[in-house]
Amino acid sequence: MSDQIKQATQEYATRLGDDSVVLGHRISEWVSYGPFLEEDIAYGNVALDYIGRARMFYTYAAELADDGRDEDDFAYMRNDREYRNLLLMELPKGDFAYSQVRQLFADVYYTLMLPELLQSKDETLSAIAAKAIKETKYHLRRSRDWVLRLGDGTEESHQRAQKAVDQLWGYTHELFDMDETEQLLADAGIGVDVAGLRDRWLEMVSAILTEATLTVPEDSWAVRGGRIGYHTENLGHMLTEMQIVHRSHPGCKW
Amino acid sequence: MTTPQEENFMRKISAEEKIEPKDWMPDAYRKNLIRQISQHAHSEVIGMQPEGNWLTRAPSLRRKAILLSKIQDEAGHGLYLYSACETLGISRSEMIEQLQSGAAKYSSIFNYPTLTWADVGAIGWLVDGAAIVNQVSLQRTSYGPYSRGMIRICKEESFHQRQGYEAMLALAKGSEGQKAMAQDALNRFYWPALMMFGPHDSESAHSQKSMEWKIKRETNDDLRQKFVDQTVKQIEVLGLEHPDKNIKWNEERGHYDSSDLNWDEFWSVINGNGHCNRQRVEHHVAAHDEGEWVRDAITAYNEKKRAKNAQHAA
Repeated sequence: MSDQIKQATQEYATRLGDDSVVLGHRISEWVSYGPFLEEDIAYGNVALDYIGRARMFYTYAAELADDGRDEDDFAYMRNDREYRNLLLMELPKGDFAYSQVRQLFADVYYTLMLPELLQSKDETLSAIAAKAIKETKYHLRRSRDWVLRLGDGTEESHQRAQKAVDQLWGYTHELFDMDETEQLLADAGIGVDVAGLRDRWLEMVSAILTEATLTVPEDSWAVRGGRIGYHTENLGHMLTEMQIVHRSHPGCKW
Repeated sequence: MTTPQEENFMRKISAEEKIEPKDWMPDAYRKNLIRQISQHAHSEVIGMQPEGNWLTRAPSLRRKAILLSKIQDEAGHGLYLYSACETLGISRSEMIEQLQSGAAKYSSIFNYPTLTWADVGAIGWLVDGAAIVNQVSLQRTSYGPYSRGMIRICKEESFHQRQGYEAMLALAKGSEGQKAMAQDALNRFYWPALMMFGPHDSESAHSQKSMEWKIKRETNDDLRQKFVDQTVKQIEVLGLEHPDKNIKWNEERGHYDSSDLNWDEFWSVINGNGHCNRQRVEHHVAAHDEGEWVRDAITAYNEKKRAKNAQHAA
């Protein structure tokens, strides 16, 4: 592996780890706050999958960095300006509709992105994708069912779901942006060319929203910046909470 | 005078046969079981809160994953137990109502606050540890569905206890700050964990009848003694100080002697005046109320679907 590719792959694994840890953390905030006990369990399950992915991506990033850092250094010792997650993942959990719509957007994204990552020439990335694909299949079934039930449920649930779709839509464009690092890896057959996934994502999401009697928004706005560390105000607070114990006891084992 | 039904019931109890949902049982047996199983289910559910308090601050990804899966198991235990209790003719929503109104109790231990990360370790080790001592004994309880639930739950609880102890061990063998955190958690959770076994047998309102019916298999004081005995060695291995200065091996009894507990505090917390009693119930009520529109949405969606299917069929 050339140095340039190695460095890009490390950056890429870090980004994917950041996406996973941030979304996993947000989902974990639902535990004991769900609408009924079965949902507490389901949220815990999904959060666990994402934290597991984060650990695999970070461990790989640490291996490539080869500078003595481990998965926790990646998660706990970088600040918000160094995090490279997509903005969609860091938005606060909001109400149940908001979290489920965000989940649907993410799940459809991973449904398309992971099979491509499975084809990666990088064996580790491919292996992580293989495990994640199985999880995402279940995640999507759940978020799709929920969006259908909320969209086509009561007047109130419909309104909440529509509001969530409208509020989140502008954060979905960034999911399909490519920069030099990702282009380099896509050309090398290592990373996924996410730009090519947007049409299929739109098609799948639109079909589900329409079945849920929800309106697919016009593309009138887009917020970007997660991949360059230009975040919303929410991430700083999230990381403050997440990192407090770890950073209060420097160098300790847990 | 005993009826033939009562006689048959007591014959099964004496022969160690399980009582099953469709069998005849005395009303008081049924009531007693509903009280105990629902209390147990509520404890699993409310217990998610003090541990959930540290989910977003777990100090490593590994610990975060372990804690997530532990809390998930507990919610699962809550589900089995609610189901076991439903076989006695009460619905989950009635049980939840009783929890929220205060008519049903949950384990008083969860009214103590979790103040540091070490409390998560202490809960796994001491609270789940005390629960296991009790639950191992309940695997032989006379009511079939409860007994089978307990067998399943015990397997997962012993994993919880191990992870809790292992988390404490990491702290106790760590930095000075970590060790101090572990000692502090032990000092705070040791006594309430002992109180989890309930009042002295002489003061326990439900004990006698429960023993007779073999709902309970061992007395509060006997179970507590087991826990006291097994914990001494565990504290030694951690290299922490025992919170009970009077702990002393009694050769004659073959058990450790220990200080008497602060029962005033016990009753005060049971009666609703602990640090977190109000907070725990309010949290449950708030989440439940906020979830109402979601539950309504499912009902509405299912009705629409049913109507559509009926139309197709017509």
